[in-house]
Amino acid sequence: MKKEDEIKFDHNGDGIDRRGFLKCMAWAGTGTLCVMKGGVMKSFSLSRLGELEPAAAEGELSFVQISDSHMGFNKPANPDVIGTLKAAIEKINALPGKPEFLLHTGDITHLSKPEEFDNVQQLLKDAKVKESFYVPGEHDVAIDEGKEYLERYGKGTKGAGWHSFDKNGVHFVGLVNVVNLKAGGLGTLGQGQLEWFEDDLKAKKSSTPIVVFAHIPLWSVYPEWGWGTEDSSQALSYLKRFGSVTVLNGHIHQTMQKVEGNVTFHTAASTAFPQPAPGKADSPGPMKVPAEQLRSVLGVTSVNFVRGQKALAVVDSNLS
Amino acid sequence: MKVALRVFGTAILFVGGFGQLAGLREYIHAAPLPQQMAHEMTSEVKIDNFSFSPAALQIKTGTKVTWTNADDIPHTVVSDDKIFKSKALDTDEKFSFTFDKPGTYPYFCSLHPKMTAKVVVQ
Repeated sequence: MKKEDEIKFDHNGDGIDRRGFLKCMAWAGTGTLCVMKGGVMKSFSLSRLGELEPAAAEGELSFVQISDSHMGFNKPANPDVIGTLKAAIEKINALPGKPEFLLHTGDITHLSKPEEFDNVQQLLKDAKVKESFYVPGEHDVAIDEGKEYLERYGKGTKGAGWHSFDKNGVHFVGLVNVVNLKAGGLGTLGQGQLEWFEDDLKAKKSSTPIVVFAHIPLWSVYPEWGWGTEDSSQALSYLKRFGSVTVLNGHIHQTMQKVEGNVTFHTAASTAFPQPAPGKADSPGPMKVPAEQLRSVLGVTSVNFVRGQKALAVVDSNLS
Repeated sequence: MKVALRVFGTAILFVGGFGQLAGLREYIHAAPLPQQMAHEMTSEVKIDNFSFSPAALQIKTGTKVTWTNADDIPHTVVSDDKIFKSKALDTDEKFSFTFDKPGTYPYFCSLHPKMTAKVVVQ
């Protein structure tokens, strides 16, 4: 499969050939640390962390990403999504540097039910983070067009829940690409949100590191399974002028990374159940693995920003 | 029994599934109703492996179509023109719609919009 051919972004305008893009793919469970410096990304296996410069491990801002907790899911692929979310929280609480906040990149619940939202809110109270930020997944807007989600997480957001904030000089933007999806299409941001996004970035200096997070990948991971966003190239065109852009997504229940020009794309593992690698199964449904292996394919992601190095270090660790 | 279930001009909508239909049959047997009350044409669509099967369902006007989700992931059944729209169907949950007018009805899963199919009503 020529995945390169599926990638439609051409936002660099710097003549860099696709073949020149450094990319790394890390399937869930392997555990990879990726560090970007001056537009070059290096990846380390977690077992080789000793080779890292100490500075990369102690940045001025660190945060964690969890995704796809699918509270309410109870099928054989993971009959205990509460247990694995608890394990993810323990992982967060055991991180050496205290994370500033937590990002949840959607599919908080399996069926948008109030009790499912309640469960996650209750469990996440144990996470030792000051704040949490959310974007919805399609499962969070499945029964009421996102009403329940917005009642809980919509404060200070616009539209279907998009929002932005600044932390330690890094600008964060949460985008929503799971509502008003069209037949035959992919994830969609929509014109209203795109206009807001363009406007939101206007006042930011090009040297400001940008982190964009959304549920469905903002790059074409595997359009055949809907793993991409219709109008993401428009959104990414607004990011051309920035020196450091990191895009964090969920949805595909496996870690994957790619660097294209100034943008590092990263998808996080689920805390609930794994999904197959693109095209490696008949459908993207939950993947059943032996019980003793389950936690090795679920995980949390921690991200570390070091000022002056323009580096955002993204570390995936599994729950086992 | 078969006579009572023959197709007539007036369609009756059954709210429940086959269980209720069976119940109604017994009722008809016990106390015969006017013939036009007893009629039902049904058809099934299975949702499995992130696809609708059959992808193009041919039916006669007045047929009640029932979708059943056999996946471990919820899906919806939503007409492109919003003529019918299910809630999110969890595993083994069903949604039914009776097609009273001829035409082609494209539909999709609003959670996984790559899942598309159609019902052709003659």
